[in-house]
Amino acid sequence: MSYFTSHLSDIATLLGRHLYLAVLPLLIGLLIALPLGWLARRYSWLYPPLIIGTGLLYTLPSLALFILLPGLLGTQILDPFNVLVAMTVYTVALLVRTVADGLGAVPVEVQMSATAMGYKPLARLVRVELPLAVPVIAAGLRVAAVSNVSIVSVAAIIGVSQLGSLFTDGFNRNFLDPIVIGIVACVVLALVLDLTIVGLTRVLTPWQRLRVAS
Amino acid sequence: MIGDVLGWLTDPAHAADIGRRLLEHLEYTLVAVLVAAIIAVPLGLWIGHTGRGKVLVVTLAGAARAIPTLGLLYFVVLFLGPRLSGDLAFYLPNELVLVILAVPPILSGVYAGIDEVDPAARDAAKGMGMRGLEVLRKVEVPVALPLMLSGLRSAFLQVIATATIAATAALGGLGRFLIDGLAVRDYTQMASGALLVALLAIVVDLVLATVQRLVVSPGVSGRVDRRAGRGRGGSPETADPAEAAVSTHRPALPTSA
Repeated sequence: MSYFTSHLSDIATLLGRHLYLAVLPLLIGLLIALPLGWLARRYSWLYPPLIIGTGLLYTLPSLALFILLPGLLGTQILDPFNVLVAMTVYTVALLVRTVADGLGAVPVEVQMSATAMGYKPLARLVRVELPLAVPVIAAGLRVAAVSNVSIVSVAAIIGVSQLGSLFTDGFNRNFLDPIVIGIVACVVLALVLDLTIVGLTRVLTPWQRLRVAS
Repeated sequence: MIGDVLGWLTDPAHAADIGRRLLEHLEYTLVAVLVAAIIAVPLGLWIGHTGRGKVLVVTLAGAARAIPTLGLLYFVVLFLGPRLSGDLAFYLPNELVLVILAVPPILSGVYAGIDEVDPAARDAAKGMGMRGLEVLRKVEVPVALPLMLSGLRSAFLQVIATATIAATAALGGLGRFLIDGLAVRDYTQMASGALLVALLAIVVDLVLATVQRLVVSPGVSGRVDRRAGRGRGGSPETADPAEAAVSTHRPALPTSA
């Protein structure tokens, strides 16, 4: 593993870029998915088109999306912005349904109790329904985080540098070491993100810890 | 740009090429999913029915999601390629990776489908005198079909997407237009290829969604009236069951390619 020690700073740089390309879209995607998911839940006629629409977005192969976006956005093909947009699209596509189902899983009697206690609709959403939907949304977020890390690496093919560049570099030079290191780094990054979300969920839902684990 | 792409796609000079690459892509995909299904369906049925090895399925599904597709592909191609000869040296490693990627979604779909069968229905079947295999065939599989098919759809999308990437590792298929276009900086060819790949993925998914609607029993999909409280646990309360069939695409394993 001499490759690892001699390229440590390069790998750290690539890791940082990878983290940025995977996590920023995750946050933006969540911010977009929250209102969309709420709309799908609030107006039932919106649910089918929103779910089918986001489902279709999710079927798009990432390399195709990375290549089509510059043509649609007018950006350069090498611009990391395309990757950020593509990853945001995937995150939204995955989370809209999760948010809608998470909000839908809040028991009706809880909503009624909140209303009876004097919560206005917005306050009820922010202070009662969203917190109760956190475990469901977090489950979707974990899937999105882990798959984002994997999808981002594909962008190395079009020349956007991140951990995936280790794969293309190793493949071009017929050299396994960078590929193995890249795979390990990606898996570790995915694990760390996954555990971070699990930890945040625990912090945000203290009442869950009082229950007996089922 | 849209005009350029349409021009490229409708240019008769490209028609034969497009047809050939499309057929190649479909062939890689069908072979990989079929081989993966032969492995994963019986295994998933057995795990779901007996309840043994649940941990294996869950771990495998999680791990498969975390492994970067591109890295896995290049690793297998570089590792196996030199040990094979002729065309096989290119075809087999790529196809093997496609199979590896198609197994987890099919496996977890089949397992989850069987696992979610209402225990009461299983007991009733046994009470009627059905044996293990009969319970599986007449009760468990019909009820599990929606999730099984969702897993299959995930697998198809994953394989179509990864076969595109495999063009960088000398595989044929529609990915060639993207990679060859990239090599000579021909954006029109790249975008046209990307559009074809996107359309292929969407069409295949819609075809499978239609199949799902046709083969899932109306009693399971909720297209017949049932008295309240008899519904399947965790079925989405969608307004229109017709779209429920299209939207039961729970991303057990998102396409990472």
